[in-house]
Amino acid sequence: MTTIEGESATDLRVVGKSLPKVDAVGKLIGLTAYADDIELPNTLFCKLLRSHHPHARIISIDTSPALAMEGVVAVITQDDLPVKYGIMPTSEDEHGLEGEKVRFVGDPVAAVAAVDEETALAACRAIKVEYQPLEAIESIEHALLPPSDEPIQDYAGPGNIHRAGALEFGEVDEGFAKSNYIREDVFFYEGNTHLPMEQHSATATYVGDQLTLWSSTQNPHYVHRAMAKVFEMPMSHVRVIAAPHGGGFGGKADPFSHEVAVCKLAMITGRPVKCTLTREEVFYTHRGRHPVLMWVRTGVSEDGKIQAMHFRTALDGGAYGSYGPASMLYTGALQPTTYNIPAYRFEGVRVFTNKAPCGPKRGHGTPQPRFALELHLDKIAEDIGLDPVELRRRNFVKPYTRTINHLRITSCGLEEATEQVIEASGFLRRKKSLGHGMGFAISSYMCGAGLPIYWNKLPHSECIVQVNRGGVSLYCGATDIGQGSDTVLATVAAEELGLWPSDIRIFSGDTGLAPVDLGSYSSRVTFMAGNAALQAAHEMREILVNAVAEKMECSPSEVTVGEGKIGEMTFEEAANLAQEKLGVLSTRGSYAPPKNIGGRFKASGVGPSPAYSYSAAVVDLDADPYSGEIQLNKVWIAHDIGRPINSLTVRGQVEGGVYMGLGEALMEAQLYRHGLHKVPSMLDYKSLTFMDMPEVETYLVETIDLEGPYGAKEVGQGPLLPVIPAVASAVHDALGVWVDEVPITPDKIMRALDARAKGREGRYGPKSFPAIPYPTIVKVPPFDASSSSF
Amino acid sequence: MSNIGSREILRISVNGRKHELLVKPYATLLEILREDLRLTGTKHGCEAGECGACMVLVDGTPQLSCLVLPGQVEGSDITTIEGVSNGSELHPVQRAFMEHGASQCGYCTSGMIISSKALLDANPSPSREEIKEALSGNLCRCTGYGTIIEAVEDAGRAMA
Repeated sequence: MTTIEGESATDLRVVGKSLPKVDAVGKLIGLTAYADDIELPNTLFCKLLRSHHPHARIISIDTSPALAMEGVVAVITQDDLPVKYGIMPTSEDEHGLEGEKVRFVGDPVAAVAAVDEETALAACRAIKVEYQPLEAIESIEHALLPPSDEPIQDYAGPGNIHRAGALEFGEVDEGFAKSNYIREDVFFYEGNTHLPMEQHSATATYVGDQLTLWSSTQNPHYVHRAMAKVFEMPMSHVRVIAAPHGGGFGGKADPFSHEVAVCKLAMITGRPVKCTLTREEVFYTHRGRHPVLMWVRTGVSEDGKIQAMHFRTALDGGAYGSYGPASMLYTGALQPTTYNIPAYRFEGVRVFTNKAPCGPKRGHGTPQPRFALELHLDKIAEDIGLDPVELRRRNFVKPYTRTINHLRITSCGLEEATEQVIEASGFLRRKKSLGHGMGFAISSYMCGAGLPIYWNKLPHSECIVQVNRGGVSLYCGATDIGQGSDTVLATVAAEELGLWPSDIRIFSGDTGLAPVDLGSYSSRVTFMAGNAALQAAHEMREILVNAVAEKMECSPSEVTVGEGKIGEMTFEEAANLAQEKLGVLSTRGSYAPPKNIGGRFKASGVGPSPAYSYSAAVVDLDADPYSGEIQLNKVWIAHDIGRPINSLTVRGQVEGGVYMGLGEALMEAQLYRHGLHKVPSMLDYKSLTFMDMPEVETYLVETIDLEGPYGAKEVGQGPLLPVIPAVASAVHDALGVWVDEVPITPDKIMRALDARAKGREGRYGPKSFPAIPYPTIVKVPPFDASSSSF
Repeated sequence: MSNIGSREILRISVNGRKHELLVKPYATLLEILREDLRLTGTKHGCEAGECGACMVLVDGTPQLSCLVLPGQVEGSDITTIEGVSNGSELHPVQRAFMEHGASQCGYCTSGMIISSKALLDANPSPSREEIKEALSGNLCRCTGYGTIIEAVEDAGRAMA
């Protein structure tokens, strides 16, 4: 890994170093207790009965045979859970257990609590459910037709349309009119899932009138809020603890049926109740990548400068709302954060289908349009005879500018990241040979969403630093899902206090113990919780420095902090000195994004972020012209991290993102046949193994963002994004055909080669884009700096 | 194995400690370790032999504990992740995983360390290809595998 230093290679002591994670050892010796490792005394075990119909009315549910079984303590249905919930306030369409109808294979209808899992499973089988099957909708095209039975959901609409939007910025028709070259393309991105190694698990207790839930969740705050709503309890009587986490990637970001079920069953039985999903159930729980059909039209000038872009998307949302309204808008929001698009029109729609609900997966709603956009630009470059890197460079956004859709760009390392991978890979000097190819692409991602998921004016991240008898504790609701957020918080505090990260005790992911952080989604934790921690730790540093300065009768500016010392005193002596005077020492920090980072129009809440990370990738591969088989050779990736807080964890996130991107590009797919998931197992759902993964050369670009903690930006999601189009571009480089559909499997490559051999276009992908009843386009006036606020 | 009702007596040694357990004949070794012995360091990701998270050593050989039934391990010596370190001193494989950041969410880590240890016990200086092959039954969704390969190479050098 190479780091290109920013302008201020500073005297930071621990920030930026490659230090082990603060929670590493427990995981290495098998002591860390993940959600399923928690087992409280007298625990009951819960199993959910799930629908085997993709779409059906429920005529009746008879739980009495289950209740009569020995060892069964309680059975619940929708009657016990009348209050609906959902992660987005506009789409609260879930009961936890459905009673009127089921909408996908795997939709839960009843939950059992029994003395052991075996009994709970047998009891589920004993429950009698009578269904009246309805027509199952399995594709975007089908969902756009008027339903023959009834819509999947009874809100939104018309038909099975969940949400639609249409926005225009600048003069798009004028932009096309003055373009020298215009091109249209259609792309499809198949859905795929997170496949976390850990199956979801939750345990609840109800003691007195206090409900406590331990869960493998990324977002304990939103789960906390959902449970309070469902059980009509004050939030002060609900506590959600995110257990150490075995992988999320967006798949543990919603409140879930099994969480609701164990809470209700604990309230009924008075005993701890636990539910761990099987791997098959994890595939049904899903909330993964939306399948997206895309149409894009772009006009460029003679010298390749974008004049106008029109982007249309249609998302297959599956059966429930989840994050859908945001997912839909994200398919249009970030295109202008990498390229200067002077006129931009976006039309998007999300439809309901009878499949497991889609939601946020790493890159939330942006890998699909990024795949389309980058390939589309490659094709334009080829058409007008311009090098694809040069075409992009001519259109790159500049640092500290405002996009046409009103997004504020701050630090931007797009040029540097591009330069790095192009140079290191020798992309421009590559030799042409049949079957070998290289592809290049770029991307950007947010450092946290500008707005919370539900409207409120409270800070997005809050943090308390406490010093007691020389010991430092940091309390923050942020949730370490393996990305290393506890390590980031400890490193920030250690830097400020002159200690090592391992000196800081972190209390995180617990809504009863720590102040709120909204959660581990939208790559927000380093930027937002990091800033809250920085503020709290810096204030603590000042308290200690002032105490020492007073004792030493010197100016605070003369007191140095570092190596476990405050001035000439050890940290503990200095802390005790201050505590003698002030009592237990406690400081606070909080963070909310600035108000001027986005526009002020309907749907402007999706896209704004206090900063954007930038990535560039080159993929080198061999593609067999006779079998379509792909052998990955190497990936070069450069990521504008702002500044790494911990280089070891940053590298892990970059390379993990590359890995996941390669899997999506080549093999990962959540596929259905007649409403049934085709591959609900880790063997049949293909992902990259050690044998498939190529060497990755990682470069970190430091742009030192002015608002990030120590200049840091996100890394969890961005580096996945350029990988997928870079793979597709490399396949084209190798074989001369375009595969405009992800995943790029050998059969699709062979079909594209076949088409070319028969004299047709050497391409595989969707042939057309359906007529979609998008709403009337809202023309958004240009950004007005004086009136902008959220 | 003796049969008592629907249960069987299983005699095994786990991390050097001898156990005599009454188990269901269809219980998996994974369930016996996690539920009967509460050794929860061994993880489960699929319970179908697909992910490698439940890897343990059975008489020194790495095996997926979710596919092993009691009758197959009667009298065996089992090593789980809890038995890898030397007291509070980390095993070289564990130390290398820590230093290389080869454990992120950590859920595959127990299985990875067991498979790596088995490889290095048999072959202290494996090639990259040998490492990939030996670990190819262990899935990881966080790291992209590169740091794990480096950690195993490093641990091999430390153990040599």
